[in-house]
Amino acid sequence: MKVRVRFFGAPREGLGRREIEQELPPGSTVRELMNLLTEEHPVLLSYSRLINIAVNRKYAALETELHEGDEVACLPPVGGG
Amino acid sequence: MDKESVKLFEITTEKLSVDEVVGRLADPASGAVIAFVGVVRGNTDGREVRYLEYEAYPEMAEEVLQQIGDEIQARWKTIQKISIVHRMGRLQIGEVSVVIALSAGHRQQVFDAVHYAIDRLKQIVPIWKKEVWTDGAEWRSDA
Repeated sequence: MKVRVRFFGAPREGLGRREIEQELPPGSTVRELMNLLTEEHPVLLSYSRLINIAVNRKYAALETELHEGDEVACLPPVGGG
Repeated sequence: MDKESVKLFEITTEKLSVDEVVGRLADPASGAVIAFVGVVRGNTDGREVRYLEYEAYPEMAEEVLQQIGDEIQARWKTIQKISIVHRMGRLQIGEVSVVIALSAGHRQQVFDAVHYAIDRLKQIVPIWKKEVWTDGAEWRSDA
């Protein structure tokens, strides 16, 4: 299955990309996706400890199971206002 | 403007007008409106800021702003309407980054509610700000 991963702020700059289409085994969790991403893009390791994840625009836990077509977002510490 | 078309929670690249955001709350039942206006400050920790660059996950940010509005109305029953509009892109010193406006029949509670709104916004809304100084830049978080 495929999911779309979006990046913002510092990790977006570090990675040099706004989004990635990631192929995953069916039934993968957010944690498995993050492990795969940091393996393929080690630059993400320096941000991963602080990143929150959203799945389809809702904050989500690492155990959340992903589905075909899901939109996953890597959210560094926010700074609005 | 048609009542249905008023957008109360918005991420925009347009310049913000406090009057325009307050106008989104227009209602003859209102007796008090409070507006919090966030402005780009020219220095942080003694360093001179040249400008700020705001970025958002806009689709989610608008939903989370709406969630903050729902939280406020659950907590303070007298609050009638809420509008939160946040600007994105490059902002110069003195420009308005965010306007939070709340209305109620009477003035009680609007102060607490607006304080809650800006604190919550800084905690949970997916918006990021990069401070650009004369000698560098950094993504900042108050969360």
